[in-house]
Amino acid sequence: MSRFTLGLIAGLCLVLVASASYGAGAVEGAVSKQATNWTAIWMFLAFVCVTMGITYWAAKRTTSTKDYYAAGGGISGFQNGVAIAGDYMSAASFLGISALCYGSGFDGLIYSIGFLVGWPIIMFLMAEPLRNLGRFTFADVVSYRMQPLPMRAMAATGTLVVVAFYLIAQMVGAGQLIQLLFGLDYWIAVVIVGILMIIYVTFGGMLATTWVQIIKAVLLLCGATVIAVLVLNQFNWNISTLLARAVQVHPKHDAILRPDGQVSNVISAFSLGTALMFGTAGLPHILMRFFTVADAKEARKSVFWATTFIGYFYILTFVIGFGAITLVLTNPQYVDPSGALIGGSNMAAVHLAHAVGGNILLGFISAVAFATILAVVSGLTLSGASAVSHDLYASVFRHGRVAEGMEVRVSKITTLVLGVVAIILGIVFEKINVAFMVGLAFAIACSANFPVLLLSMYWKGLTTWGAFVGGFVGLISAVAGTVFSPSIWTALLGLPNPPFPYVSPALFSMPLSFLVCFVVSLLDRSRTARLEAQAFEAQYVRSQTGIGIEEAATH
Amino acid sequence: MDDQMAARIRANPRFIELERKRKRFAWTLTIIMLVIYYGFLALVAFAPNWMGASFIGSVTIGFPVGIAVILSAIILTGIYVVRANGEFDRMSHQIVEYQNMEFRPKRGGYR
Repeated sequence: MSRFTLGLIAGLCLVLVASASYGAGAVEGAVSKQATNWTAIWMFLAFVCVTMGITYWAAKRTTSTKDYYAAGGGISGFQNGVAIAGDYMSAASFLGISALCYGSGFDGLIYSIGFLVGWPIIMFLMAEPLRNLGRFTFADVVSYRMQPLPMRAMAATGTLVVVAFYLIAQMVGAGQLIQLLFGLDYWIAVVIVGILMIIYVTFGGMLATTWVQIIKAVLLLCGATVIAVLVLNQFNWNISTLLARAVQVHPKHDAILRPDGQVSNVISAFSLGTALMFGTAGLPHILMRFFTVADAKEARKSVFWATTFIGYFYILTFVIGFGAITLVLTNPQYVDPSGALIGGSNMAAVHLAHAVGGNILLGFISAVAFATILAVVSGLTLSGASAVSHDLYASVFRHGRVAEGMEVRVSKITTLVLGVVAIILGIVFEKINVAFMVGLAFAIACSANFPVLLLSMYWKGLTTWGAFVGGFVGLISAVAGTVFSPSIWTALLGLPNPPFPYVSPALFSMPLSFLVCFVVSLLDRSRTARLEAQAFEAQYVRSQTGIGIEEAATH
Repeated sequence: MDDQMAARIRANPRFIELERKRKRFAWTLTIIMLVIYYGFLALVAFAPNWMGASFIGSVTIGFPVGIAVILSAIILTGIYVVRANGEFDRMSHQIVEYQNMEFRPKRGGYR
């Protein structure tokens, strides 16, 4: 494996260097103004080498199924908290939210807050029972006392749909970013991300994925802190001066200091807010992280650290967005004559890094942004692959009768397939709006996964049929609500009068899913429904005390 | 865990106490978080001009309100961890220990 990895690293270096030197001129328009950024390329290569080393180390330690899916349950609460924060601080939130602040000021804060407040809910209601009941995927929890086939099929579908949308968003973001920063062609960038991710996940499993995530989270937090400190330093640490200057130069003037535009419609505001808050509690790659720690105590600690780091990070993003208004918007070096940012609006934070820290900081932030995408797609792919191997293959098709090695092998093959699919989708959807895809993933997660998961842990009356029908109704209504909303119906398909006039379906699709779960469960008078209700007692006791959970870190 | 053991633990007064305390605590904090967040959204939707009024200099009221929501999320999770990892886990351990002591499978099991 080591020789293979070294060969790949060498190959990648060649591709990077070759396309950077020869491909730079081929990129047209505004993007071609960016010289090839050697600092960024070397820093990124350093990151790749270090993480490949970790993957090699992790591959030697990953022998059992439990090692592969859950890092053997041996990650500490603090480490897991940093990794969760890493999973969550994707390039979409770093570049996207700072871009949102750059474009419309205060509205950016509304998004960051929405992304953050899901964490306390996860802490109070989910972390503990999740850890006490599950092994590798959240499907373990929803199928604990129910019929495994329909429950796992449903949970795996929900997982794969959410992962697909989230993955496309990250791949597209990666392609655009790397095209600009490294002077590479879009498709080359997408292919590089795909290949690296496949290596991390197939060889290193959850252990490598976790450590890649931890390293990247630390780098990202440091980079964002440095930018924010340098910005505040320019304004003598006076926020008021910073804001006053921003109001002066921004075309929207003092509208950037109050809620405006994006969330003007009351129902849209509440619906989007609901999707952001409860979506977090239904993201499969986040839920999977709870199985990497030993017990409920560590699970709780990890949520606390994750919340702290993510909250700190969002405050930084906000300073960065306003810093970009004052230092990037006014500088002709970063803005074309029409007033648009060179490389697109998502580049606000990257240009700001150059404005306050020169080429070194620009290189560092570019490399970190690339690393971020890489780490997040790895986590997503691992979660998608385990839904296929652990839930669909081992439980649904083989009814649990499967050798350990075989299950992991299926997972690795799935990773390969998912990687290729992600590369293709990333290339096909080049023009799609990244923030919109992330929003859709959250809406589906909160409508399809969250209600079933919550009810299965707390409501005795939930039956297989109730959960199955409710989960699918949530999934379908969330997708339908999005397709019929202005952002697809009008903007993408060019049709007049969208049937569903709000930005997010969550305010309707999530309660609908809960309602269907309730009604169908209550109508279900079958014998299995009675047995499932009886089995709730044992499940509940275990979810509350952890009695019966396998000893973690068994070797 | 078999149903008998589950029923026994379920009837343990310590378990009942733990469950009641934790449920009340978790849902109280959940409701506080929901009220804070949806209250913030309501201010955004219904009182944008108040949020845009001056707080100190150019800093508008919306900023400290927003930062306060972020801090409240961190503080509430912190409060939960302290109590859950302390008091609740101690109770939980007592229940498990009692269970192991009283009903340790003897020769031939306790069934």
